[in-house]
Amino acid sequence: MHVHGELWTLKEFFVLPNEYIYWSVQIVMYPFMTGLVAGAFVLSSLYHVFGIKQLKDMARFALVFSFALLPVAMVPLQMHLQQPQRGIEVFMTPHFTSAIAAFGIVFSTYGAIVASEIWFVYRKYIVEMALSLRKKMDKTLSEKVLHLVYTVLTLGAYDISEEALHKDEKAVKVLAGIGIPVACFLHGYAGFIFGSVKANALWMTPLMPVIFIMSAVVSGIALCILTYTITMEIKKFRATRSKSSYALYQSKEEIKGVELHEIRMTSKYLVFFMIFAISLELLDLIFRGYTAVKTWDILRSVIYGRDFTDIFVLQYGVGNLLPFILFLIPGLTVRRSAVASILVLFGVFMMRWNVVIGGQSFSLTFDGYMHYVMPIIPTSIETFKEGLGGVLTVAALPFILFWILSKIFPVFGFEKTAH
Amino acid sequence: MKSHVWRPLYVVVALVILILAVRMFYVPKDFGIWERGYMYGFHRKGSENDWKAFKVKYKFDNEDCKDCHSDKYESIIKTPHAIIKCENCHGPELDHPNDPPKLTVDKRRELCLRCHYQLPYPTSGRANIMGIDPEKHNPGVECVMCHNPHNPTLEGLK
Amino acid sequence: MITRRQFLANTAKGLAGLALPAAAFEIIDPKKLFADKGGKPGLRWAFLVDTYKCVGCGLCVKACKIENEVPYDAKVSRTWVERYVITKDGKLHADSPMAARDGFTTSKIDLGDRGFEDIKAEDITKAFFVPKLCNQCEKPPCAQVCPVGATYQTEDGVVLVDRTWCIGCGYCIMACPYGVRFFHPVYHVAEKCTFCYHRIKKGLKTACVGACPFGARMIGNIKDPDDPVTKIIRTQRVGVLKSEYGTEPQVYYIGLDEEVR
Repeated sequence: MHVHGELWTLKEFFVLPNEYIYWSVQIVMYPFMTGLVAGAFVLSSLYHVFGIKQLKDMARFALVFSFALLPVAMVPLQMHLQQPQRGIEVFMTPHFTSAIAAFGIVFSTYGAIVASEIWFVYRKYIVEMALSLRKKMDKTLSEKVLHLVYTVLTLGAYDISEEALHKDEKAVKVLAGIGIPVACFLHGYAGFIFGSVKANALWMTPLMPVIFIMSAVVSGIALCILTYTITMEIKKFRATRSKSSYALYQSKEEIKGVELHEIRMTSKYLVFFMIFAISLELLDLIFRGYTAVKTWDILRSVIYGRDFTDIFVLQYGVGNLLPFILFLIPGLTVRRSAVASILVLFGVFMMRWNVVIGGQSFSLTFDGYMHYVMPIIPTSIETFKEGLGGVLTVAALPFILFWILSKIFPVFGFEKTAH
Repeated sequence: MKSHVWRPLYVVVALVILILAVRMFYVPKDFGIWERGYMYGFHRKGSENDWKAFKVKYKFDNEDCKDCHSDKYESIIKTPHAIIKCENCHGPELDHPNDPPKLTVDKRRELCLRCHYQLPYPTSGRANIMGIDPEKHNPGVECVMCHNPHNPTLEGLK
Repeated sequence: MITRRQFLANTAKGLAGLALPAAAFEIIDPKKLFADKGGKPGLRWAFLVDTYKCVGCGLCVKACKIENEVPYDAKVSRTWVERYVITKDGKLHADSPMAARDGFTTSKIDLGDRGFEDIKAEDITKAFFVPKLCNQCEKPPCAQVCPVGATYQTEDGVVLVDRTWCIGCGYCIMACPYGVRFFHPVYHVAEKCTFCYHRIKKGLKTACVGACPFGARMIGNIKDPDDPVTKIIRTQRVGVLKSEYGTEPQVYYIGLDEEVR
């Protein structure tokens, strides 16, 4: 009979009998996905709140993408629960002395804010679509479904006068303003879940929430750049094939110009936040080494020994330094920024990995080690959920959701496509 | 409040009411803050009774065995093995002799080796127990072939 | 006929009279008086381990697994015994193979995936066994971090898990500095030592205490000054594990060594 954790944990030296890697790759995915949500939202708010005009196109995109990511941030948590059907209890009997208990509330609040903001941004479009579909005779099935969706989405508000739309704009601004602290809270609090575990020598630091927020913004921006690039490339491809009115921009060259401009602007913010994130992480590391309390011996052996490749080569080297250089070399191209963004995403993922898995890679005895062997080929539901299969599922979900959402809320140039 | 701007808020309020309504039915009535306060005592009170009702298997009372197994009892009581509970080797008593009518005895060498594998550990009680190296001391033979566990002194050898 | 002044004075008196008993009740409320140790006056379970007496037979672990229906061959256990061997070079060699369910029947130290390490008897400077179990902390971090109130402390200080309510997030397992928690292989919820709550509530000793032939394990009521366990804790030099976490563990040890983790 296998106990939970046994299938992927290797133990070395003196490890207590009940110790296993209980929080496996799904808990790596959880802060990673939450980070993407928060980061994407912060990016969209830069336009709405601070009025950074250059980010207009990216902002709308980031907002919808943030919404698509939102439900996915919850999936890894659900997948790792031993009793997933009881997950609802977090809403039913929340125990607020637990860092996890507030998750349901913070997460829902944040979801409500993002959803409302999208509603205000797209309200004009929703109303127009609902009205035009209502007028249309002999609708196809998909049009009937869309009609129903848009009608419900109007929430009964059909006023799209100049005055009403002005109110919408104001509401968006307010929501984006509230959204930034809530997004930071949502993710900082994911950091708190780890940082407050006093039994874990690696996790316990008050810097953890701040480090998590910074890397969240970094990863969120990187993902937006990447997805934006891919979407624009598809548009370019379509624009060259047919000169249809599908795209907002008429020619391939026009799309290209806008794309490059947006990406150059966004990458500046990315680099800015990256400097912050790395500084904090290094501060934490230096501080631990300098104060060298009792636990430092085992932490040092993990950080500079067993996990050296994961931390210094993959996370800091490939994931931070390399994209940093790529972004800073003058004359940034779309392709280079895409490569750098992928590397940044990888770097942030490795950071989450090194925190979550790294924090469990040494025993409470401080005299033994545990090694996580991620299940690649699933032999049971458990090894699927807590292995590569689960990771890929979680990673693919936001794109599927985004695709569905973008059918309802066109992300680019909807002003022109709406009748 | 007539403005359409508040519509999303209505949706949120409706959802909150829905959750609170579900909560009324979903959460057991005895769930709440008990003696140890919200931090440590927030739970379903009935859970304590669930644990109290857990089935007892071991009695760990050698006097309980005395009446029927007086010979074994009288024998072991005079030896260093008197400190060992009958159930340690014979298994949990449960409702014996009703259920189960017969207990199984663990006669494996490994059982005796728990104490009698020689480990010369200073500052530990183990150092004071007579021990053997099972690879040299009659390997493969059950200890009870020669030793009587109810009279383990060397005079008691079979 | 009463004047307005009288009416006000009477009302004030009446209110004061009503408030007084409530205030008095507040002061003499026994729950508040004993709030320092929590719960009902007179009962708080505590455990005492004498490491000098332990011989590492593991009968306690065997009895615990059977008594509490923790699958016998599963590599987890509510209680376990650790072996510490310190050699002349000052190095520590420690293990707890299969949680010491079968005792220690070899001189080789189990290093997990690193195989076994044989220690020569003449190299040993000190060696001993340390039984471990849930510390039933006065301030249990596991109960603090449970997001749904599925793990909690009873009035008499035992930390339990509600098997019908645990969502299996594992946060309590992470929060325990002593590694006493795990997922039950059958029920798939957090599992831990209950001080044999079903036994102590019936006046029996815990299974591990009952099984120990050497009296290395004892359980008692720390609020009862006449309890043998309390007497030892009060009059002898005892230690607790990892007090730096502020959990106020209630398993006391005689003969604790700085090497004990």
